[in-house]
Amino acid sequence: MSLPSAEPRLPERHYLNAERGLWSWLTTHDHKRIGLMFLGMLLLMFLLGGIYALALRIELLTPGETIMGRLAYNRAFTLHGVVMVWLFLIPSIPSAFGNFLLPLMIGAKDVAFPRLNLASLYLYVLGAAITLWGMFEGGADTGWTFYTPYSTATGTAVLPVLLGVFVVGFSTILTGVNFITTVHTMRAPGITWMKVPLFVWAIYGTAVIQVLATPVLGMVLVLVMLERVAGLGIFDPARGGDPLLYQHLFWFYSHPAVYIMILPGMGVVSEAVCAFSRKNPFSYRVLVLSTVGIAFVGFLTWGHHMFVSGASVLGAGAFSILSMLVAIFTALKIFTWLGTMYRGSIWITAPFVYVLGFIFLLFFGGMSGVAVAVTSADIHWHDTYFVVAHFHFIMVGASLMAFLSGLHYWFPKMFGRRYPEAVGIGTAVLIIFGFIATFLPQFLLGNMGMPRRYADYPERFQSLHVASTAGASLLGFGFLIIAIYLGWSLRHGRVAGRNPWESRGYEWLSESPPPESNFHEPMVFTDPPHDYSKPGVEPEVGRAA
Amino acid sequence: MVPHAEHFGDEASRQDAAHMGMWIFLATEVLLFAALFAAYSLYRLAYPEVFSQAREHMDLALGTINTYVLVSSSVLVALAIASIRKGRDLAAGVLLAGAVLLGITFLCIKGMEYAHHAKDKALPGAHYAYDKFAVPGASLYFTLYWIMTGIHAVHVTVGIGVLSVLCGQALSGKFSAAYHTPVELGGMYWHLVDIVWLFLWPLLYLA
Ligand code: HEM
Ligand SMILES: [Cu+2]
Repeated sequence: MSLPSAEPRLPERHYLNAERGLWSWLTTHDHKRIGLMFLGMLLLMFLLGGIYALALRIELLTPGETIMGRLAYNRAFTLHGVVMVWLFLIPSIPSAFGNFLLPLMIGAKDVAFPRLNLASLYLYVLGAAITLWGMFEGGADTGWTFYTPYSTATGTAVLPVLLGVFVVGFSTILTGVNFITTVHTMRAPGITWMKVPLFVWAIYGTAVIQVLATPVLGMVLVLVMLERVAGLGIFDPARGGDPLLYQHLFWFYSHPAVYIMILPGMGVVSEAVCAFSRKNPFSYRVLVLSTVGIAFVGFLTWGHHMFVSGASVLGAGAFSILSMLVAIFTALKIFTWLGTMYRGSIWITAPFVYVLGFIFLLFFGGMSGVAVAVTSADIHWHDTYFVVAHFHFIMVGASLMAFLSGLHYWFPKMFGRRYPEAVGIGTAVLIIFGFIATFLPQFLLGNMGMPRRYADYPERFQSLHVASTAGASLLGFGFLIIAIYLGWSLRHGRVAGRNPWESRGYEWLSESPPPESNFHEPMVFTDPPHDYSKPGVEPEVGRAA
Repeated sequence: MVPHAEHFGDEASRQDAAHMGMWIFLATEVLLFAALFAAYSLYRLAYPEVFSQAREHMDLALGTINTYVLVSSSVLVALAIASIRKGRDLAAGVLLAGAVLLGITFLCIKGMEYAHHAKDKALPGAHYAYDKFAVPGASLYFTLYWIMTGIHAVHVTVGIGVLSVLCGQALSGKFSAAYHTPVELGGMYWHLVDIVWLFLWPLLYLA
């Protein structure tokens, strides 16, 4: 890549130094600062969940008791799952990168409701605090799914955990309302619907799911809380209630939540694929329509979590087929990304290596998803490690890789500095291999009959468990390296300049780091996003001198 | 006085955004109640006789009066919006005050009903001990009744708070023909609360 002639310098005034002091951060309405604070919180949560993941893996190193008792194990996997799903992955890309980038990418000065945005951050922190307080005080042992009737009967502290997740859900709803309104009402002149950047489309689709699904979760959590406090009996078969109602309502939210977790990642990948293949998307339309399609069909598949809960044959069959529709949309995306890379001039960077990991692992995760959507096969695999492997391939293999890709891709945008690229690439490879070593054995374990959520297992499973734990250590090591070099680069990284990737994304038209109100002048966008068809020509920039 | 947010091009697009945000928020409220209506349908299918006999244990008169009360308050809110659009802030304030009073009336009547049920021990869940209606499934009916009307009452309470603030602001001259978006948004919320009741009333008292 051609380097700019003069060594770039940081802009003198930008959103990070425009105002100083803790108070200016705590009361800010700037979407970039709010996104950054979300990012900090989320990374903290990821660290916590990660420590517990390692603890689980160590417990599973040998059969019998290794480092913790049975109840401690149950609490540990609950904490790990609750933190990773509710406190990290669901808010991750939308709240951190979405907040930071959405206005930049549509040429706006901020989101539609900046104060609501800040409120959403505080609600998130409050909810996370309540949840964690509950986990460390009494430690729920229900798993992150809170299935009734166990969750209404167990003696552990489920109540604060439910309350915390409820509050975090509110934060998600507010963010969703804000993003939808922003995309509808604040696009700069020139950005028609078919010129909206692909990441924005993904965040928009996600926001729609968040807004429509989260209230149902909120209500079902309230019902479980009331059931614990007042013995409602709605989910209690002993009082004529129906525990399956819980599962229906829970998965009506939590299956779409899977797309809350993966769609933003797909958006990141769509951006990075174009930027690092230096090519226009193979088909912008297909990427947009499949995003909308996934957001819609995602609402119609929840029953596939209940094949063994006594679903009727007709119902199970219908849910089975609907679930496979999602695979079609996903496959459309994968082909489009591959088509974009095909005969592009590929630039191997850390974000791009994560993209490759994402596509490869999403493919496996998706295929195993089709496999467990087949009712007869699911009866064998349900509640085994096969399912654990499947959802980790999607949640970690795909979503987390996309998160890391975005973190590296936009790091220069956020802080104006670059990280050491070679180290980044090496770590990315390490993490992808660590991932495969951790979770591939779990497919085999599940198929052999290793049940999920067990602290103990027969001798003959041990070698695969050891492999998985070894992979997990590799992963942990990889994350440690990332933390070190990104932390170092915050202060000492090479200054990036406005657009170190020479990307055509709209967000790179502003300075890095951007000024307080994103652009020095109102922007007019003439080129479509991701337009690499004019080599060497800087896109039209309406910037102040 | 027209407060302006710098990040919007003009006041009209700011209002557009505010309305849109409110509509989306109302959609989330609808889905919140949808979960309860789903539960209601499920148990109604499971215990059809219980749900048809339950009517006899409800106070139809109070429920119907409450429906009138709530619909009237919605009318007052609609009139308040019409007034403030013409810049008549005193009239709007008075109409909003009337709506608040009707909202409080609704809660008082609801409270009377709750007191009757509590005296009969027709309480939710484990505390249900109503001897005149002791068939299997009866406690579920009353549980649903308490939750659905309870959560609705929480919304009414929030709505009363919102309308009271708007009423105070209208009387102190904050709104005008040019700027009255908050009144419209608060009105939208109140109408939704009203509409939810229009579903609860037939399901719980008439069916
Ligand atoms: C990064 C390395 C990770 C490792 C080594 C790991 C390992 C584990 C292990 C050992 C379990 C317990 C399974 C059982 O005994 O049933 C588990 C459960 C779980 N993990 Fe992870 N995990 C990792 C990352 C993540 C991430 C990033 C997420 C989501 C964002 C996640 C989501 C979950 C969930 C939801 C469960 C609960 C499964 C259940 O309830 O059965 N994990 N994980
Ligand atoms: Cu699902």
